[in-house]
Amino acid sequence: MSTAGSDPLRKDSDRDPLRKEDGPAPSAGATVGEPVLTARPDTAEAFLAVRDLKIHFNTDDGLVRSVDGISFDLQRGRTLGIVGESGSGKSVTSLGIMGLHRTAKARISGEVWLDGEELIGADPDRVRRLRGMKMAMIFQDPLSAMHPYYTVGAQIVEACRVHQDVSKQVARKRAIEMLDRVGIPEPHQRVADYPHQFSGGMRQRAMIAMALVNNPELLIADEPTTALDVTVQAQILDLIRDLQKEFGSAVIMITHDLGVVAELADDLLVMYAGRCVERGTAEKVFTEPQHPYTWGLLGSMPRMDRERTERLNPVKGAPPSLINVPSGCAFHPRCPYVGLNGGSSETIVPELRETAAGHWSACHLGEQDRDRIWTEEIAPKL
Amino acid sequence: MPQEDVKIPQQSTAGAEPLLRVTGLVKHFPITKGMLRRQVGAVQAVDGIDLQVAAGQTLGVVGESGCGKSTMGRLITRLLEPTGGKIEFQGRDITHLSVGEMRPLRRDVQMIFQDPYSSLNPRHTIGTIVGAPFKLQKVATESGVKKEVQNLLELVGLNPEHYNRYPHEFSGGQRQRIGIARALALKPKLVVADEPVSALDVSIQAQVVNLLDDLQSELGLTYVIIAHDLSVIRHVSDRIAVMYLGKVVEVADREALYGQPMHPYTNALLSAVPVPDPKRRTARQRILLTGDVPSPINPPSGCRFHTRCWKATEVCSTQEPPLIALATGHEVACHHPENAPAKAQEKNAQGKGAENGPAIGNQPTDL
Ligand SMILES: Nc1ncnc2c1ncn2[C@@H]1O[C@H](COP(=O)(O)OP(=O)(O)OP(=O)(O)O)[C@@H](O)[C@H]1O
Ligand SMILES: Nc1ncnc2c1ncn2[C@@H]1O[C@H](COP(=O)(O)OP(=O)(O)O)[C@@H](O)[C@H]1O
Ligand code: SF4
Ligand code: SF4
Ligand SMILES: [Mg+2]
Ligand SMILES: [Mg+2]
Repeated sequence: MSTAGSDPLRKDSDRDPLRKEDGPAPSAGATVGEPVLTARPDTAEAFLAVRDLKIHFNTDDGLVRSVDGISFDLQRGRTLGIVGESGSGKSVTSLGIMGLHRTAKARISGEVWLDGEELIGADPDRVRRLRGMKMAMIFQDPLSAMHPYYTVGAQIVEACRVHQDVSKQVARKRAIEMLDRVGIPEPHQRVADYPHQFSGGMRQRAMIAMALVNNPELLIADEPTTALDVTVQAQILDLIRDLQKEFGSAVIMITHDLGVVAELADDLLVMYAGRCVERGTAEKVFTEPQHPYTWGLLGSMPRMDRERTERLNPVKGAPPSLINVPSGCAFHPRCPYVGLNGGSSETIVPELRETAAGHWSACHLGEQDRDRIWTEEIAPKL
Repeated sequence: MPQEDVKIPQQSTAGAEPLLRVTGLVKHFPITKGMLRRQVGAVQAVDGIDLQVAAGQTLGVVGESGCGKSTMGRLITRLLEPTGGKIEFQGRDITHLSVGEMRPLRRDVQMIFQDPYSSLNPRHTIGTIVGAPFKLQKVATESGVKKEVQNLLELVGLNPEHYNRYPHEFSGGQRQRIGIARALALKPKLVVADEPVSALDVSIQAQVVNLLDDLQSELGLTYVIIAHDLSVIRHVSDRIAVMYLGKVVEVADREALYGQPMHPYTNALLSAVPVPDPKRRTARQRILLTGDVPSPINPPSGCRFHTRCWKATEVCSTQEPPLIALATGHEVACHHPENAPAKAQEKNAQGKGAENGPAIGNQPTDL
């Protein structure tokens, strides 16, 4: 299996086109001069390399295959977006990378390499030490990540002192600095507030301050703005972007909102039923999506940047069970093109294949069918 | 478009009597303290709203969390008692009807709730839930309640055989369909939907949006749809009201609101919507608002948006801008509107001594 997000020769100027004056956008077909990726880059090269990660849970109802073989690479300074519907395994993946699953219940296999160090088989103490220092996470619900009985300041100080040998005074100063950075007004006073005294947006920002107090090199943001208003969301996304620019961190942005991903991500990974169904640069996946599920996602979204369409084109049906995952391609019960592949969609699990340079898709559709469906049926309706 | 008198608020749907007309609607929740429950203040959740909804149309209501959208929805469905103002349904004043007096009207005005998980009683079967309105209203249907319910289930795309199942056996999207079936049971004229799709995944959300759309054309329903997602609101609405801190700050037809937004807050909201196109992010100009939404207990003086507005001048903090029509069917409450026709802008600034006053900062850069 090969990987996206690992393109070491990608021009630096491509990396952060954000907030630049409008230059001509690189055209979708601008792949001519780009290097062809080697099928499997050396894992030692990528800052974060995930290989065939599987996370299954034993439950009374049976084995839940929440994550069932995910692989990707991520370089410093880049952002990987992970999208997929609720229950597709996004959060379980990120908790797995952070080493936050209780091993008694979860069955984890595969490899997670962070800066050349393997984490899945590593000593839990070692992983704990890396967490909060080298890697940090922003959760969807800031209330669950912050302790209600301690002040916001105390919690940031604690996060700082666990990993850095600094005095309380220094840590406190740093906490105020961080609160200021994330846009909390009057941080000197607010540092003594309890989480419930903050508004939702402020709590989210305080949690980001806590996650960033030790300048982590890997930041995982799991639906960091789902609960927030668009104006606050825009503030948070800008904040994450600025901090990444400043510290050159690698960021994983998990969300079901394709708009959020398009704002931030360099690379994109689309998950369905615990597996990656499509992967590539964000631009490729948005402009030339190849997997029927990605088509469905794009067709479901009302878009403000386009002429209003009379009707949306949602994926039909409901999300699959992860205990009795559908045979063959897990998407087949909902896929309109299941009949085009001579029965293989129902029986054979499609492998992730490189279908264009830097673009992978897991689908049995032949190239001709795929291109025809995309240009004739899907693209005109988006 | 020539505008004779820009001061007269005008609906684009002028002429036809609106199905729903709301005038000066107010809801204050008292804040009490101590044993004697002395009132020490009030949450000014809805503070003077004028709205009209034409029959067969969809009014979308957007605004940030806590701005009073749900409260407004519960007021017009009379689930809450208004503190002031007037609500007229089909020309009849229903502002202070008692529960008993409201009962016959309940058939006509229905509400769909935000949370498909908590709005259905977990101990009741789908049949009981969807059939309840018939029983409450003592409607004896010819074909019997069961038959009616099964028809409804089919109408919203659920299997009629699911009659005896319980809510937990359904997904979020299916539960929302059950909520819709219940709301449609008595063939209402007006349906108020409070965030009907925001708890749902994008593909399920799209299914429900399409369903609401089909039902509207099939049954001639009138909708008030409350949502915070501006893309969804654009898709479903004919006309849109933007709320900020208990007030309507702008109302316009869909194309006008999204094409020529006049209120600075509307402009900020629209510019903050993430666009699902990675190529566009370089070209976009975002208006970033500083600070959080102020408290509805102590709303700012003058224009309530002035604490976050980059166009604010002195007059904004002292004088509340009235909601007036600056173009046909396009009402806005702002001393310094954007995209306003030149003539209207002049009129609006008259007598306020702050014509194009200096803005405080230009584009605010937050953080
Ligand atoms: N029963 C109540 N008692 C006191 N205050 C209330 C009550 N109901 C609502 N409020 C307050 O009124 C204001 C408006 O609330 P409302 O629920 O209408 O907001 P909303 O616009 O629907 O927000 P959201 O988008 O978060 O649903 C808020 O400040 C809220 O806290
Ligand atoms: N501790 C657990 N035990 C059993 N099943 C779990 C556990 N955590 C998550 N799951 C299941 O794994 C699947 C993926 O969950 P999750 O990663 O949270 O989805 P999402 O993509 O929405 O973040 C879901 O079906 C969820 O119910
Ligand atoms: S493999 Fe078959 S069922 Fe799966 S996405 Fe492709 S066409 Fe659809
Ligand atoms: S009245 Fe003043 S503060 Fe209010 S929106 Fe207009 S310019 Fe901004
Ligand atoms: Mg999740
Ligand atoms: Mg609400």
